[in-house]
Amino acid sequence: MDNLAQALPAQFNDPAEAPLLRAEGLSKLYAPGKGFEPVNLNLFPGEVLAIVGESGSGKTTLLKTLSGRLEPQQGEVIYQGNSQMPAASLYQISEAARRQLMRADFGIVHQHPMDGLRPRISAGGNIGERLMEVGARNYADIRRQALNWLTAVEIGADRIDDLPITFSGGMQQRLQIARNLVTHPKLVFMDEPTGGLDVSVQARLLDLIRNLVTELNLAVVIVTHDLAVARLLAHRIMVMKQGQVVETGLTDRVLDDPQHAYTQLLVSSVLQQ
Amino acid sequence: MQSFNQTFSATEPEQDYNFGYLDEQTKRMIRRAILKGVALPGYQVAFGGREMPMPYGWGTGGIMLSASILGQDDVFKVIDQGADDTTNAVSIRQFFAKVCHLETTTETAKASVIQTRHRIPEQPLRNDQILVFQVPIPEPLRFIEPRETETKKMHSLGEYGSMQVKLYEDIVKYGYIATSYAYPVMVHGRYLMDPSPIPKFDNPKMHQSNALMLFGAGREKRIYCIPPYTDVASLDFEDHPFSIQQWQAPCSLCGSETSFLDEVLIDDQGQRMFVCSDTDYCQGQLAKNAAEEALHG
Repeated sequence: MDNLAQALPAQFNDPAEAPLLRAEGLSKLYAPGKGFEPVNLNLFPGEVLAIVGESGSGKTTLLKTLSGRLEPQQGEVIYQGNSQMPAASLYQISEAARRQLMRADFGIVHQHPMDGLRPRISAGGNIGERLMEVGARNYADIRRQALNWLTAVEIGADRIDDLPITFSGGMQQRLQIARNLVTHPKLVFMDEPTGGLDVSVQARLLDLIRNLVTELNLAVVIVTHDLAVARLLAHRIMVMKQGQVVETGLTDRVLDDPQHAYTQLLVSSVLQQ
Repeated sequence: MQSFNQTFSATEPEQDYNFGYLDEQTKRMIRRAILKGVALPGYQVAFGGREMPMPYGWGTGGIMLSASILGQDDVFKVIDQGADDTTNAVSIRQFFAKVCHLETTTETAKASVIQTRHRIPEQPLRNDQILVFQVPIPEPLRFIEPRETETKKMHSLGEYGSMQVKLYEDIVKYGYIATSYAYPVMVHGRYLMDPSPIPKFDNPKMHQSNALMLFGAGREKRIYCIPPYTDVASLDFEDHPFSIQQWQAPCSLCGSETSFLDEVLIDDQGQRMFVCSDTDYCQGQLAKNAAEEALHG
């Protein structure tokens, strides 16, 4: 765990404040009220943005559009990996370039881990595939990195050759995270990463994500309907309702002093201990 | 008044199959697919496969290719697992002898078109010969990606990193790359290709080959080609390089140390012998040995 941060390229420590990801007038509507209406957002390196809202509010659609997997009807998504790199408008560059960029710089954590894993490939192979996709061709090296990452996400090293279908839900989710982080992405998109897990497993997973995010200085866009997850992980929150962003702000501000009626409802509907 | 059948038989007294069984338009369509395949080495060209008078899995893809390229002057050879005398080889050879009335042979050197299943002949091919392969599953990426839309995209964008996962899993399970047939290759640095179920022993023979190589998958209706003098590289890892099968002993019949050997059980006690899988090559070596013996007395 300790050496992961040291393995990172130097520019991660550079606080040059240009947004990593910019969305301008971005919109995708399947039908009126289905999808999301024009959104502007800036995401800075190392920042965690939570998108919260009820089911059907367009959270996942927005996430897919931001992560280059769903073409918007309007607006653009501009990604700038570092100050030396030219900014790329995700849907204007060629598909080859977009997929290349997504492989190298993005991580995508699906709600259902098996959507992001290959069921018939061993855990080590699942992690290694990402490395081989970006050109790694040394078996020993791939295996060493897979082992490091399994340990980093608290999966026993002896499970490296087991198939993910033999793993528990929480382990599958951690494996999926390891698979995404092994190539040192700059930006990770997570869709309900704690969905379907019981509370204690959720807590461990959240701890793990929080540690990794800090250590690797990752920028994260996380979609969740669970305000506790947002409070624990996110620096900023975006509240969505019926395809519209109704409120944005710092996490503590939004959750402690909600302005919009819907956010107030959302906050007050959380069980108080 | 004459019936249609009577008229028909009067005008064409001797009903026969068209040369090569397939009609001329079909053969032309297949030849166009071949030309496209030759222009894009390793690329899988879709073609309108026809029903053949035998089931899928018996080599219909290869037979359609052979039917389209054979001419009256060609000499045709069929090998199945290296042998000329197995069921599949014999029936395909008879089929073409019947529908083309052309000369067939078992000698590699004499043949101008060789249809093959599972082997490339040991004897080096010439540039006036064509090798036709029967292919069961043309898509090498099927193992990792079941969706055709996705594999097409991977081919078009040249995203082949995941193919290494197959080799990785081999090393995990067996300690070495245990894939021994249908071993994936990169053709001319561009397209990933399944060389059909030939042993990986034959992979190096495809590299810079003199002969044109055509691959036909009947069920999946795909054709792909390796033109002569094309680079063909087998996938591997830096620390687990590609290697071919090796045997402890030479062929028990002809004594060849360089050919691909089959293991044959010879009695109930588990005794076994290793013999050349390429029967024509083995017989050639035997004849050569006999000639040398006669010469040296």
